[in-house]
Amino acid sequence: MSVPVAAPLLDIRGVSKRYGAVQANDKVDLSLYAGEVHALIGENGAGKSTLSRIAYGFTRPDSGEIFLNGKAADVHSPREARAHHIGMVFQNFMLIPALSVLENIALFLTDLPPVMHPQAVAKRILEFGERFGLTVDPHAPVRQLSVGDRQKVEILKLLMAKARILIFDEPTRVLAPHEVKALFRVFSALKAEGFAILFITHKLQEVVRCADRITVMRQGRVVGSFGSGQADVETLVTMMFGERGAIGLARQAEVPRRPAEARPILELRGASSHATGSETPLRGLELSIAAGEIVGVAGVSGSGQKELGDLILGLRSLSAGSKWFCGANASSWSIARMRESGVAFVPEDPLLMAAVGGMSVRENLSLGTGRRYQSGVRTDWPALETTMRESFEALAFPIPPLDPPIGTLSGGNLQRVVIAREMAHGPKLIVALYPTRGLDVRSAASLRDLLRRERDGGSGVLLISEDLDELAEMTDRLLVLFEGAIVGEFSRGTWQPEEVGRLMTGSTEVNVA
Amino acid sequence: MTAPLILGLLAGAILSGTSLLYATLGETIVERSGIVNLGLEGILLIGASVGFSVTATTGKAWLGLMAAGMAGGLANVLFGWLVVTRKANQLASGLAMMFFGFGASALIGAPYVGAVIVGLPKWRPSWLAGFRWVKATTLFNWDLVTWLAIPMAILVWWALFRTRWGLGVRAVGESPAVAFAAGRNPAILQYQALSCGGVLGGLAGAHLSVTLAMTWSEYMTAGRGFIVIALVIFSKWNPLRAVAAALLFGGAEALQLQMQARGSVISPFLLEMSPYILTLMILLAWGGSRRLSAPAGLGRTFYGSE
Amino acid sequence: MPERGLTAVLRSSTALRKTARSCGIGGAALMMFAAILLVAGKDPLRAYMDTFHYTLANTYGFSELLVRMTPLLLAAVAVALPARLGLINVGGEGQLYMGAFMASAGAFLLPKAPGWILLPFVALMGFLGGAIWAAIPGILRAGKLVNETVATLLLNYVAPLIVSYFVFGPWRAAENSAYPQSSPFPDAALLPSFFNTRIHAGLLIALAALLAYWLILEKTRWGVDMRAIGGNAEAAQRLGIPVPTWIVTALAVGGGFAGLAGMGEAMGIAGRLRQDLSPGYGFSGFLIAWLAGGRALGIVLMAFLFAIITSAGDTLQMTQGVPYAVVNILLAMILFIVLASRSAGGTSK
Repeated sequence: MSVPVAAPLLDIRGVSKRYGAVQANDKVDLSLYAGEVHALIGENGAGKSTLSRIAYGFTRPDSGEIFLNGKAADVHSPREARAHHIGMVFQNFMLIPALSVLENIALFLTDLPPVMHPQAVAKRILEFGERFGLTVDPHAPVRQLSVGDRQKVEILKLLMAKARILIFDEPTRVLAPHEVKALFRVFSALKAEGFAILFITHKLQEVVRCADRITVMRQGRVVGSFGSGQADVETLVTMMFGERGAIGLARQAEVPRRPAEARPILELRGASSHATGSETPLRGLELSIAAGEIVGVAGVSGSGQKELGDLILGLRSLSAGSKWFCGANASSWSIARMRESGVAFVPEDPLLMAAVGGMSVRENLSLGTGRRYQSGVRTDWPALETTMRESFEALAFPIPPLDPPIGTLSGGNLQRVVIAREMAHGPKLIVALYPTRGLDVRSAASLRDLLRRERDGGSGVLLISEDLDELAEMTDRLLVLFEGAIVGEFSRGTWQPEEVGRLMTGSTEVNVA
Repeated sequence: MTAPLILGLLAGAILSGTSLLYATLGETIVERSGIVNLGLEGILLIGASVGFSVTATTGKAWLGLMAAGMAGGLANVLFGWLVVTRKANQLASGLAMMFFGFGASALIGAPYVGAVIVGLPKWRPSWLAGFRWVKATTLFNWDLVTWLAIPMAILVWWALFRTRWGLGVRAVGESPAVAFAAGRNPAILQYQALSCGGVLGGLAGAHLSVTLAMTWSEYMTAGRGFIVIALVIFSKWNPLRAVAAALLFGGAEALQLQMQARGSVISPFLLEMSPYILTLMILLAWGGSRRLSAPAGLGRTFYGSE
Repeated sequence: MPERGLTAVLRSSTALRKTARSCGIGGAALMMFAAILLVAGKDPLRAYMDTFHYTLANTYGFSELLVRMTPLLLAAVAVALPARLGLINVGGEGQLYMGAFMASAGAFLLPKAPGWILLPFVALMGFLGGAIWAAIPGILRAGKLVNETVATLLLNYVAPLIVSYFVFGPWRAAENSAYPQSSPFPDAALLPSFFNTRIHAGLLIALAALLAYWLILEKTRWGVDMRAIGGNAEAAQRLGIPVPTWIVTALAVGGGFAGLAGMGEAMGIAGRLRQDLSPGYGFSGFLIAWLAGGRALGIVLMAFLFAIITSAGDTLQMTQGVPYAVVNILLAMILFIVLASRSAGGTSK
């Protein structure tokens, strides 16, 4: 690949930023040229997000300089960043679901007249859409759009606001395989017109596929920079994780599949449920989870994964069909009863779904234990503590102090508290809802280990995830969910990611090269 | 027999619905920016007392209305200082505003209890006065504020849905973080929305005291501020639907007065309850779908970018 | 141990700072209100002296403060209890009226019953009245149909109209007074009063309610459940806590306390059901609970403060010829200063 000769559009020199004890960015240099896709990779917490927030004016660096087109520039706010033609596509899209595509885009237009002309804006949206392969209905409310379409809106927004430098924060994380391909086509179109793209990710295959240059960050520093074709996946992994990298890869090796025992722990027979608002109704689900197996559920977001988990937990009632737990009809059991019978729940963000941040660790350990530790109107705290300590020890987790609010614990420790509580009473079934989302690579690996151990110990596990690599590594059986129905079922090793991707997105066409 | 009754009812609905409409439009703008002002009752009272006292002092009703609008706007700016600048709890701040309005209006209005004023001139196009049924009622015999009520609703709709400013206000109400990222200043937009809402609220209060009742008495708004908060929900935060909502509730009031006047056997107190119960029933009937139209950031405090 | 001494000093110094801050807030509010009175051509200094003279410096005046505190305490608990679940009950006023109404119905239902039957019965009816009135928004909220803030607010306006209907209608006093009120309750239904003052058994009920509130929240597993719902309703539900049941229960019990306040006003003070039962105790209760951050002791202090302010309103009306309502400005000033001075993201939710 030829080396660009003009001055870089964006040149970050010696930028440092400190948050408390953490040096998030340490004298980082990074330059971005017109007409290139520049990938910024690194582990969670390596400082990629901080750097991109600095470039976009959301965060001020402690020291260092930013040059735009060769001139020193102060970028103090997103507004100034946009004035300098910098645009950013956030991981959580900066879109307002209640407003239409047109309104969302108009909000970000710098040249919007005081009185809007909706038709003129709509026309421009369609024009830009044609040009870059970003077609979307300008009048549709954003809440009705798929994730892929939302991302298109997000990109259109930046292009129409005259951005020349586009920063993408993990754009492929939420996309289905065919949507990723479409995004890379958009990248090519943009590149051809001289846009500069900074692309943050930790999916290495993608990087190797589409980036012209790759910069690797570790612990706040830039540890390497390569042109396209100069580095392979293994080199990059070693750079990202240091010496641990090789071990991380070995982890991925095939785990022999245990034969599932015949006894089903949980069964859904033609289970359906209604939906309100933005939920997805479930349609006639046939599902069985046996002791000693991990059943994975794949699907693009909003296909009914959360609803399926809620249905099993007893949070959502069945409109048709039945639910059986260990041979008993559990269709109308309350959540409390399901939990008492041995269902555990491991969610993505414990502070959202499984813990109360403002309450002490001890109180959080008591939540959801039902009637186990009741004595009269009070809680039997000593008995509770004894059991929980045993659970922490069995899992080889360090026991945190019990008095401070759980919200003050770090993310990893918090998840360990929740897991210790959920595993304390020997669950028969574990419902894991995106359990590794937001965890760093090592915590995620140890959580996967734990789920496998529980499986080997005879529990049934339902693993809902949007990470196909994770599902490939973990599951004994894989179900594909689309619009609330199961559209595919595979045993371990019998499926191809492309095929699953098509099922996930409801495409019926067979493999196109 | 029924035609005059219905026309009379309509006339009454417009009479008492006008001030409801102005207040609803004001609160709609405010809530669209993500702020709920539970103290609207206080704003109405301040508007009513200032409007009346200025009218009584100067003898000019239009001066009274202007002063009331300004007083309402100022009161809402004070509220904005609490909830936007100081990021105070919106409900508690609203109730504090309500108490402030109770006290301030009692103080302002006290010297003018029993004062006699001349309200705004009323004007009816002569060609409309020709109809016999119309002549028998107050229909189309309106002051300027009433004549401008529906144009005002259209203006507010236009401002919210067809201007750059309105887009910003709605964006702030849905997600201040996104609006901020779009380069808008959420605080300034909220202050602007509050000022507009306050002016309309002040006018609404003054319309009650200066043109409708033509007297001042303590607590004369009698809970209209709270009805309006219900009306905003009822109209799904839409200025045009607010017209229908205000007419409906004005109509309920008018019906109640008519039935009383006709010596109806139904107790006036039971009739007086009907608007409140009706609102509750309607909210109940909407159930879940209501949530889709409420500004997502309503009542939340925005703490800036980080 | 030296460290313990140090922490004691530190703690007392924060307490001192807090007290100083409260005094500062009170002083500033008093000065602002004085300025407003001056502008209105009144004598603020005399007004304050009179208020002090008629309340704190005089046994009868002080007893009147306790009388005023009684409904305020109960109305505050009515807000504070559901607030622990994150529920906003602004319907104390309506619940208070319904409590008084149901208690009166009880008294008129069993006019011949002896006091030991009638008093508990009347109290129960009062509690039920408020509880039902709060359970309606509770059920609507638990079913995710109507937001409880709006529902409690709307019902505030319905309850006084029910009272008015009965006071002007079926229960109207036979002596045909110009004042709309019911005929007197049977003597057995009246709450006993103490020390030749108007302090009545309602104060004991209020203190018992406050104690129960504290015990339930701090000492029982129910308190843990309630705080879990308030902290994170989604997690609480997923962990098997019956959130809808709790929503209805907490609102109903809270409303019951407000109902008891209404019962106390009717059975302890007026001796009959009256249309103007409450000058906004329900709304004051919301602010008291909010200012106190839901802490039991704070509720007592704030209720006392509110009692003084409302007494000041009476004094102003008597001695300065200012409408009673004007004292609301003083209340608002205090609230404005507190609201503005609490650091962003402080104790409020």
